[in-house]
Amino acid sequence: MSFLTLDHVTHHYFSKNGYTKALEDISLSVGEGEFIALLGPSGCGKSTILSIIAGIMKQTKGSVLLQNEAITDSELPIGYMLQQDYLFPWKTIIDNVLIGPKIYKKEAPAVKEKALELLDEVGLAHVSDAYPDALSGGMRQRAALVRTLINDPKILLLDEPFSALDYQTKLKLEDLVSQLLKTYYKTTVLVTHDIGEAIAMSDRIFIMNADPGSIAKVFEVPVELRNETPFLVRRHPKYQIIFDKIWKELDERAPDSEGAEAT
Amino acid sequence: MKAKSDQHLFEAYKNSLKREKRIVISWQLSILIIFFVLWEIASKFYWIDPLLFSSPSRVGNVLVEKFADGSMFTHVQVTLFETLLGFLIGTIAGILIASALWSSARFSKIMDPYLVIMNAMPKVALGPIIIVALGPGYISIIAMGAIISVIITTLVVYSAFNEVDPNYEKVLKSFGATRWQCFKEAVFPATLPAMISTLKVNVGLSWVGVIVGEFLVSKQGLGYLIIYGFQVFDFSLVMSSLALIAIFAAIMYKIVEKLEAWLIKHST
Ligand SMILES: Nc1ncnc2c1ncn2[C@@H]1O[C@H](COP(=O)(O)OP(=O)(O)OP(=O)(O)O)[C@@H](O)[C@H]1O
Ligand SMILES: [Mg+2]
Repeated sequence: MSFLTLDHVTHHYFSKNGYTKALEDISLSVGEGEFIALLGPSGCGKSTILSIIAGIMKQTKGSVLLQNEAITDSELPIGYMLQQDYLFPWKTIIDNVLIGPKIYKKEAPAVKEKALELLDEVGLAHVSDAYPDALSGGMRQRAALVRTLINDPKILLLDEPFSALDYQTKLKLEDLVSQLLKTYYKTTVLVTHDIGEAIAMSDRIFIMNADPGSIAKVFEVPVELRNETPFLVRRHPKYQIIFDKIWKELDERAPDSEGAEAT
Repeated sequence: MKAKSDQHLFEAYKNSLKREKRIVISWQLSILIIFFVLWEIASKFYWIDPLLFSSPSRVGNVLVEKFADGSMFTHVQVTLFETLLGFLIGTIAGILIASALWSSARFSKIMDPYLVIMNAMPKVALGPIIIVALGPGYISIIAMGAIISVIITTLVVYSAFNEVDPNYEKVLKSFGATRWQCFKEAVFPATLPAMISTLKVNVGLSWVGVIVGEFLVSKQGLGYLIIYGFQVFDFSLVMSSLALIAIFAAIMYKIVEKLEAWLIKHST
C-alpha cells in the first residue's frame, strides 16, 4: 500500500497578467519508509510539489493522498524543510526548534529534552541559546533540520537541504540525515540539483521536465547502494554506472546546458 | 611589543574622538549663549519690540514666578499627560487597526479608499467636530493627540506586515498553524522594528494634536497659556510656554529614542 500518492496533480500560478502552469499531470506514489528524490532543472516545479504535499498550497487539479486521506484533512505532522533555513531571527535556536511543538500545543519538559538531545546529535548543543545570526550556514541548516524532526513527522519534505553547504559538511550531514531517517523509518521526498546526492540518499529518483513541470523518467537505485551510507555509496562501483545513466538522461533534455545547474 | 603599539594607536584614536566631541559641544553651547545674549541685548536697546518679543530675563522671571506659585506645574502636568495618552492611544489603536486589516485581505481592500482619504485629511481640521462630539474637556484634547497619529501608524504598520517574508509563514503553516498563530509567531515579531520606529514620529505628532486641541478649548496646559498670553498681550508668558514645550518635547523624544534602542536590542 502506498503511503503518499499524487494522482494527476496539475498546478497553475495565477496572476493578474496571466498564469504559469508549474506542474502538469504528476502521478507518483511513495511507500512507507521509502526515500525518493526529485531531480530537475531550476524552475521545473520541485518546490511547488513539496508545498502541495505539505498542504500549504492547493493544487489546481488532481488529488494528493496521505495514507489514503486527502492531505488537507490529514492530521499527520509533516516535516517540511524549505529551500532556505528560515529560522526566526528573533528566537533562540532552542525556541526555533520548539516552535512546532508550540503550535501543536505539545510543549512539555520532555519535548524540550528531546530537542536538546537532537541538537546534541547534530552537534549544536552548545549554541542552543544563541540566536540564528550567530550561526554559520551549515549550523543553521542543521538547526532547521532539528526543527523539522522534533515533531516526529511521518513524512519529510526536504527542499535542497544541503545546497548552502561546503562539500565536506554536506557529505557529513548527508550521512547524519540518512542515518536518522533510517533509524526512525521516515518516508522522505528530497529535492536536489545534485545527481550524486540523489543517488547516495534515495531509493528512487524522479527526473523532471520543465515548462510545464512533469515527470520524465524514474530510476531505481540498485539495492546494493540503498543500504550503504551516502559517503560510501559514492565509492561503490555501481554508483558510477547509474550516475552516468542519469547524467545522459539530463544531458539529452538540456542540450545547451552543461548539465550542472547553478542556482 | 606589537600589542603595545596597537594599544597606543587605539588610545590616540579614542582621544581624537573625545576632542571632536568637545569641539562640537562647545560650538553648540556657544550658539545657545550667543542667541540668548543677542536676544537680551536686542530687547534692552529696543532693536526689537520688547513687548512683542520679550527677553530672556523676562521669560526667566515669568518661569520662576509661575513655578514658585505652583501654577506652572499644573499646566505642564496637564499637557504632558494629554500628550502621553494621545501618543499611546494613537500608536496602539493604529497597530490594532493594521492587525485587523491584515486579518482579512478583503476588509483591507474595502477600507483602502477610506484610509487614503483619512490619511490625506489634515487631522487638526477635525478639531471643532471632535470638541462637539466629545465635549470641551481633556478627552477631546487627548483624542486630538491620538487621531493625528493613528492613520499614519495604521498605514505604516500594515505595509510592514505585508512585507514580511511569506516563507516564515510557510514554515508555520507546514506545522498546521492557524492564521492567528502565524501572526503571533512570525508577522508581529518580524515587524516590531517598524512599529518601534513609528513611535518617534508619533510622539512629535501627538504634541501637535494636543497643543492645537488646547488652543481650541482648554482652561489648562501649555497650549492654553500660549493662547491666553496672546489674548492678554503677555508675550513673556507665550515665550516661556514655548520654551517649556521645546524642552519637554525634546525630553520625551529622547526617552522614546532610548526606549526604541532598548526595544530593538531586546526584541531581536
Ligand atoms: N508564487 C509564484 N507565483 C507565480 N509563479 C511561480 C510562483 N512560484 C513559482 N512559480 C513558477 O512556477 C515554476 C516552478 O517553480 P518552483 O519554485 O516550484 O521551481 P523549482 O523547481 O523549485 O526551482 P528551483 O530549483 O530554482 O528552486 C517556475 O516557473 C516559477 O516561475
Ligand atoms: Mg525550488
